[in-house]
Amino acid sequence: MAVTDVPSQETHGEVDAEELEEIWADAPGVPGFFSTIDHKRIGMRYIYTAFFFFFVSGLMALVMRSQLAAPNNHVVGPETYNQLMTIHGTTMIFLFNTPVLAGFGNYILPLQLGTRDMAFPRLNAFSYWIFVLSGIFFFASFLIGKAPDGGWFGYVPLTDKAFSPGINLDFWGLAIVFVGISTTVGAVNFIVTTFKMRAPGMTINRVPIFVWSILSMAFMVLFAVPAVTLAAGLLELDRLFGTAFVNPHLGGSVLLYQHLFWFWGHPEVYILFVPATGMISMIIPVMARRPLAAYLWVATALIAVAFISFGVWVHHMFATGMPVQAMSFFSAVSLIIVLPSGVQFFAWIATMWKGRVRFTTPMLFGIGFLLIFLLGGITGAMLAVMPFDWQVTDSYFVVAHFHYVLNGAVVFPIFGAIYFWYPKMSGRRLSERWGHISFWLMFVGFNLAFFGMHILGFLGMPRRIATYPSGLGWDDLNMISTIGGFIFAVGTGVTLINWFHARWWGKPAGNDPWDGDSLEWSTTSPPPEYNFASIPVVASRHPLWDQRPLPTASSTGDEATKSLGPEGAEHHETPETTGLDARPQGTLDLPHPTYLPFLLACGIAVFFVGLLIKAILVGVIGAAALVIALTWWAWRTEVDLA
Amino acid sequence: MRGRRAPLALAVVLLTTFVACSTKRSPSIVDPKGSEAHTIAGVWWLMFGLATAVYVIVGGFIIVAAVRGRGTKEGRPSRVRDNTFVWVGGIIVPAVILVVLGAATVHASNSLRKPETNPLRIEVVGKRWWWAVSYPDQKFDTANEVHIPVGRPIEIGLDSDNVIHSFWVPQLGGKVDLIPGQHNVWRFKATKEGTFRGECAEYCGLEHAKMNFLVVAQSAASFDTWALRHQQPQSEPASQLAANGQVVFMRAPCAGCHTIRGTTAHGTIGPDLTDIGSRLTLGANTVPNTEGYLSGWIVNSQTIKPGNLMPPIPLSSNDLQALVAYLRSLK
Amino acid sequence: MSAVTAAVPVPEATAPTKGEGRPTPWWGMACLIMTESTLFAGLIGSYFFLRASSKQWPPPGIEEPKVMLALIFSFVLWGSSIPMLVAERGIKRGNERTLRFGLMGAWILGAAFVAYSLYDFHELHFGWRNNAYGSIFYTTVGLHTFHVFLGLVMSVVVQIKAWLGKFSKERHVTVQVYAMYWHFVDAVWLVVFPTFILSPHIK
Ligand code: HEA
Ligand code: HEA
Ligand code: HEC
Ligand code: CUA
Ligand SMILES: [Cu+2]
Repeated sequence: MAVTDVPSQETHGEVDAEELEEIWADAPGVPGFFSTIDHKRIGMRYIYTAFFFFFVSGLMALVMRSQLAAPNNHVVGPETYNQLMTIHGTTMIFLFNTPVLAGFGNYILPLQLGTRDMAFPRLNAFSYWIFVLSGIFFFASFLIGKAPDGGWFGYVPLTDKAFSPGINLDFWGLAIVFVGISTTVGAVNFIVTTFKMRAPGMTINRVPIFVWSILSMAFMVLFAVPAVTLAAGLLELDRLFGTAFVNPHLGGSVLLYQHLFWFWGHPEVYILFVPATGMISMIIPVMARRPLAAYLWVATALIAVAFISFGVWVHHMFATGMPVQAMSFFSAVSLIIVLPSGVQFFAWIATMWKGRVRFTTPMLFGIGFLLIFLLGGITGAMLAVMPFDWQVTDSYFVVAHFHYVLNGAVVFPIFGAIYFWYPKMSGRRLSERWGHISFWLMFVGFNLAFFGMHILGFLGMPRRIATYPSGLGWDDLNMISTIGGFIFAVGTGVTLINWFHARWWGKPAGNDPWDGDSLEWSTTSPPPEYNFASIPVVASRHPLWDQRPLPTASSTGDEATKSLGPEGAEHHETPETTGLDARPQGTLDLPHPTYLPFLLACGIAVFFVGLLIKAILVGVIGAAALVIALTWWAWRTEVDLA
Repeated sequence: MRGRRAPLALAVVLLTTFVACSTKRSPSIVDPKGSEAHTIAGVWWLMFGLATAVYVIVGGFIIVAAVRGRGTKEGRPSRVRDNTFVWVGGIIVPAVILVVLGAATVHASNSLRKPETNPLRIEVVGKRWWWAVSYPDQKFDTANEVHIPVGRPIEIGLDSDNVIHSFWVPQLGGKVDLIPGQHNVWRFKATKEGTFRGECAEYCGLEHAKMNFLVVAQSAASFDTWALRHQQPQSEPASQLAANGQVVFMRAPCAGCHTIRGTTAHGTIGPDLTDIGSRLTLGANTVPNTEGYLSGWIVNSQTIKPGNLMPPIPLSSNDLQALVAYLRSLK
Repeated sequence: MSAVTAAVPVPEATAPTKGEGRPTPWWGMACLIMTESTLFAGLIGSYFFLRASSKQWPPPGIEEPKVMLALIFSFVLWGSSIPMLVAERGIKRGNERTLRFGLMGAWILGAAFVAYSLYDFHELHFGWRNNAYGSIFYTTVGLHTFHVFLGLVMSVVVQIKAWLGKFSKERHVTVQVYAMYWHFVDAVWLVVFPTFILSPHIK
């Protein structure tokens, strides 16, 4: 199919853009910054903020690597090392991976669904502010030199008052609960948006796989996050108020914490991983110039993973000496969870098999992802074999496994997604040439850095050790790993620079630089505040490939369809459609910019600070602000949305 | 395309390093010296075969699929239907492999950690950051060094009165956690004589990195002599110097934290020192047990193991000399 | 990619549905209820986990919770769902009066329950620091009571709006969503009550 741009009037109808700008634009400057509820601005912020955390905690990893480069090294002492290790893990999981995916979801999902914003734009802004404030809250510990040092899963009793008396661990525990609010609210928003805001005709079996992956992720969040909130929450109750949940001397249980943590912990890793596969499922078909193979199987796999992921958490506790029979069950389920991934894997292979692959930068990252995730997944399957896990658990073999999956199978797709979608977000393309360079640096650096860790695990190197003696055969591999880590870092740095360069000097992208198939490519780049002046009508899984020209809906006068056409955009509305077959059902007046979300988030932040420093007054002030904001919110509901 | 060679070449290079490294020096799990380690190494080599096959084949598919369509306009057609790919590659073949892995799991875990008749019972308690070791039946204590007879079933009871630790001797078998409020038992056999490095594998705070130990697997005979010697009460200090040393030990704060059987020293904060003279290492396998290191440790253990729970103890050089002589005389 | 013509004729795709679907806030609240339920499920799971890993339950020196009074007020709480239903029905038909009094009735019953809970906590002869039993008891039951309390606070807002006549047959999503929350809180007690008040009696 020839590369054709969708003429913009197709989606914009005959309306004058200026007028719409008037209606939709945020207030300029600072007020607009704090009051905006535009899913695109919020999405971009999510991405930028998350990447800031990525680079910070990445740099910490580099310091750790320098310390481990040679035996008996003295770059940092054990105290600092343990803090770096803890912040690195916590930040990467809570403040980089989860939010960066939420960011892409925020920006791309409404565009792919063909709607003018998320279902709850104000909640959307709210969850972003919570994310930022919890990030600041967490890093404050580092800035005042009281960084937590309990490891990213903060096992008790080490993290209980008795063994970690300082305020350090309170920063950690409260931050976990704090950021959980953001993740949960975001998930609710994704679910409702996906079910109620799809363009007419986009029946449930026509939604892009990326949307499926976000949906699957959101449901996992709903049922998993409460568990970690409890784990950290109960720990904090013990630490702050002296309850006895994790205190063995008072009938508390040490393992209870582990169960709660990993009941969230395992689904969490799929919460990170599933949207990443969604990105790959968007990139590969476009670059292979053909629809994704076995769409229904892939969608099913995404849902299946969400379910199975709740039945494997004990595989993180194989060494705790529970009854072998009980653990064997979780061992088996952990093996079964391989199948959904296998399905996705071969769907991607089949897609490329019959297509013609263009080796663009996003595709390179896609292929890199496949080759890396294959290994990470296989080592995962090995870890699921309980007796083997007894040997390698808590060794560098595990560190290798989860960097192959986290840093490989999640970060590579994210970098691919930047090259893939940033042109849509900014209207400018990143340099392909530097993209290729960045990819190869990252790919080679990555394998140098993390492949050797498998072997280190075999040679008996435990994880989380601040230093090690020479003469154990660990020295060379660690040196290689460190070098690789730095090469990888430079690779990411190249993309970083490429990105900023593109922001101002990049080549114009046009509406549809990759000849994509989903709706986001039909509007302008960057999209207008209202995304679509008139909502497109979908009759295929690949509207931009199959529906030429792309038809747009118009009002037939009645309540249900009145916001489909340009007049909907003029009235600051967006259509509401039915859950499964996406027929127009009603109209949502989208709320206008407001400070509410920011205030609410600040209230909560103050409340947490109050807990942290055990100042009742501060806590009360926070709670008060919270109640006021909530009341105001409830008060305005009928006014703002029907 | 280049993508294929990069990782494979890399793998080869590193695998050779692997072989090179897995000499006696490393506490390697593929250099098993115990029953459990043997079984698990077996499982590993099986999985290694499968994994290599899966990686090479699937990886091959990826590369071929990526380059296949090159030069064509619409991509190369193929008789294989998409769903066939998914079914065969994604479900049937993996399912078969998974059944194999499942069988391996069940088979291995059923054969391991089973109670046996007439085991040697040992009690290990995890401390911050060292190991208290005791032989309940022989009724004596030691620390940071576990002696076991080869061939006899061993039953190590694992407890902690502080945080979670994990007992790991890679060449003998897998890990078992030491969890406060829960009594775990690890059952295994040593199959070869030797001195094996043991490590604390669960992050336990500041000095987790330096919480290691040694397992000395020896012939039944030499084990018995070792055990017998430990059951004897300590003989009076041989030399005059050592005698003075004993006085110093009892006078200085030492006795408050350390126990030496047959003396008035009954401290329990630090390791039992009854046989310190015959132990191979100091500070939970942090430094070798030489005269120099010993005096260094006593004067200021913080330089050797920052943050460990033994304070620096200033002593006059004479006292120190005597003290060291005394400690080294304790066999 | 040969351009396929639309599989479904466009007009049909845009044809509005009969039978009104649920408003987005309803979906939002439904999701919220899902995670909240998980939170309570987690607490109840923890309760039984702690119970299983302890020899005597409740621990020595603590007798089983008293059932009678608790049972009575449980019914008060569960009963409060009825006026709430009436209120919903009312506004669906556009009858603001039933709405106002329904809400008020539910509020009074709820308040009675909270009052009882506070009294009950006051009566308890063990604290939440003494042992894990106390901790999980206070935390879970307390969290539920707090939910009821929150419900009362929100109710005030909703009631004021009701009295100011801000709700109509067409526009009453706040009522609908608030009622969901209220019924949810009652439903949670259906599980928390048997677990924390009754189960200790079963040895
Ligand atoms: C993105 C995150 C991610 C992903 C996707 C995975 C995927 C998997 N993980 Fe991993 N895991 C982590 C993140 C992740 N993991 C983290 C962070 C930890 C450590 C936490 C900590 O301790 O700090 C961990 C730890 C961990 C453990 C505990 C190790 C220990 O601490 O002792 C186990 C054990 O079962 C495990 C198993 C698996 C399995 C079976 C998969 C499977 O989903 C993999 C399935 C995929 C494939 C297998 C490849 C594709 C399939 C095919 C090509 C078909 C053919 C293949 C076969 C037949 C094998 N993981
Ligand atoms: C998404 C998750 C994620 C990611 C991306 C990474 C990335 C990296 N990780 Fe990390 N890691 C974890 C998640 C992750 N990690 C987790 C969960 C743990 C467990 C923690 C625990 O045990 O509690 C862990 C633990 C962990 C350990 C084990 C610590 C221990 O057990 O003692 C090590 C050791 O090498 C390590 C290394 C690295 C390295 C070198 C990178 C590299 O990829 C980082 C590369 C660096 C950057 C990307 C940023 C800097 C780059 C620049 C500033 C650009 C340069 C600029 C120019 C050139 C202009 N990580
Ligand atoms: C406040 C308590 C305390 C005092 C006083 C103390 N020690 Fe220690 N000692 C310890 C602890 C705790 C360790 C274990 C440190 C570690 O390995 O983490 C230790 C370790 C040792 C070791 C190494 C044992 C081994 O197997 O690793 C020796 C030897 C030792 N102490 C000798 C002495 C002498 C001699 C004195 C007096 C001059 C002394 N200690 C005073 C607490 C103490
Ligand atoms: Cu003890 Cu780590
Ligand atoms: Cu897991």
